[in-house]
Amino acid sequence: MNTVALILIGVSVLFILGIKFLSSPKTARAGNLVAAAGMLIGFVILSKPDGGNIWAHGGNYPLIVIGIIIGLVIGALGAYSVKMTAMPQMVALFNGLGGGAAALVASLEFIKGANPPELLGIKLPELHDPSAAITIPMLFATLIGSLSFSGSIIAYLKLEGKFEKPHTFPGQNFLNGLILLVILGLCGWLTFNATGHNAVVAFVVMFCLALFFGVAMVMPIGGADMPVVISLLNSFTGLAVAADGFAINNNAMIVAGTLVGSSGTLLTLLMCKAMNRPVTNVLFGAFGSSGGGSAAAGGVAGTVKPIQADEVALLLAYAQRVVVVPGYGMAVAQAQHSVRELTEELGKRGVEVQFAIHPVAGRMPGHMNVLLAEANVPYDQLIEMEQINPSMDRVDVCLVIGANDVVNPAAREDKSSPIYGMPIIDADRCKTCIVMKRSMAAGFAGIENHLFYKDNTRMLFGDAKASLNALVAAVKAS
Amino acid sequence: MSIESLQSYNQILVLFIFVLAIFVGFEVISKVPSMLHTPLMSGTNAIHGIILFGGILVLADADDTLAKVLGFVAVVFGSANVFGGFMVTDRMLQMFKKKK
Repeated sequence: MNTVALILIGVSVLFILGIKFLSSPKTARAGNLVAAAGMLIGFVILSKPDGGNIWAHGGNYPLIVIGIIIGLVIGALGAYSVKMTAMPQMVALFNGLGGGAAALVASLEFIKGANPPELLGIKLPELHDPSAAITIPMLFATLIGSLSFSGSIIAYLKLEGKFEKPHTFPGQNFLNGLILLVILGLCGWLTFNATGHNAVVAFVVMFCLALFFGVAMVMPIGGADMPVVISLLNSFTGLAVAADGFAINNNAMIVAGTLVGSSGTLLTLLMCKAMNRPVTNVLFGAFGSSGGGSAAAGGVAGTVKPIQADEVALLLAYAQRVVVVPGYGMAVAQAQHSVRELTEELGKRGVEVQFAIHPVAGRMPGHMNVLLAEANVPYDQLIEMEQINPSMDRVDVCLVIGANDVVNPAAREDKSSPIYGMPIIDADRCKTCIVMKRSMAAGFAGIENHLFYKDNTRMLFGDAKASLNALVAAVKAS
Repeated sequence: MSIESLQSYNQILVLFIFVLAIFVGFEVISKVPSMLHTPLMSGTNAIHGIILFGGILVLADADDTLAKVLGFVAVVFGSANVFGGFMVTDRMLQMFKKKK
């Protein structure tokens, strides 16, 4: 028993507490700092497997310090320059870097084991193969880490708007399955033949195939499903880090990686549940590529009724209870500050204003909360879908800003709709529903919205920010 | 105890930690409101930046050029992951305020 191992128990506790604190808005910021403190302590006492402190006994100091500083600069630049709307991309990018690092660490350990160093010019006799208990975690970390690296890069590009559409071709799942089979076959062989030249060649082939598999796995998935993919890859990276911890015998890495792996898996499942789709459907379904046709063929009864801003202002000013349903469109139009201004103005007049937040509103679960928090909307005004739905018929005016699929009643009414069964915010059940929209184009998933044709719905066309500013002015005047 | 049995005992212990950590991970986030999913994803993302430790350990032992280059890349990646991850999460969370 040594001091370092004891301190590492404390570090693990800090990670657990950090994640625990992250689950309440009051303690979330402290939670993040607690986890960061754990990381700092682990960093200072970092020791080699044989027990010597790395800062006292390690080599290559200049390289290590320069590497850390370069990473720090990249990380800080990314973290402080990214726009809140682009948060999912940023997480994807950091995750990819972590995955890449995990794969590299495992690769270096593996190659070192496969090529025993020469001593004094005399080639050592072939060593025993390292035990499977060490080789399997290394192979696992390499496979999952490199897959997470390339997959995250594709997810990042898709969220940036490059090849956003699902890319599919016949037999794709079959081909992907075949690649995976080859990868697993190579891993199986390497488990029992982990030394010598052939092992290194097979290992490099496996590494490249895993990189390619990450690309092939994410390419067929549409841009709208990227949050699920990122969450899944996040948990993958966690598991790869845990496997690295096995390989280099570092308990803190095992605990931290495993915590991320299991919590990330649960988060992925929660996201899929919010969309009412099994995770297999997200990963292999190529959603949205054929859904458009069936929805258009069904047709929607009713007409679209436009409304002017000053009429909306009157409705709002004399309402008792107003609910705002924000969507990604609001963030794109940079309208969140105008929304906050409008809700404050209404609040002064005694109108009760709340925000209804769908679990998958925005590009990532909880993304909308971040965007509204940025505009200084207090978080106790943000109500989750399940809590607000039972009282939606007592709402006078429901203001839908840049949201589409999450308020589409087709999810309740139309069995042929691709989103049938997805839980939605019941905006159609309030007394008057105002939908603010740029044009009549379909949403991110390409599905016709039945809400626009309801008798109690009015459409306020135009740029969300301009319309909201007009509303603020009109409410002030009335 | 022989070295072999000591090693396998250690491996079992490590596996023990792994299995328990899986359940802890599930338990601690099971009650997270969806409003915090984005910071949670970003925060856990920062925690797996602990791979920086692995990068430092392999780079410290690297003696040939290839190992030095790859180890260096691993340290840069891991460092960007851990610093960027915690910073961006903090930037998000400092905005969450209650009504005054």
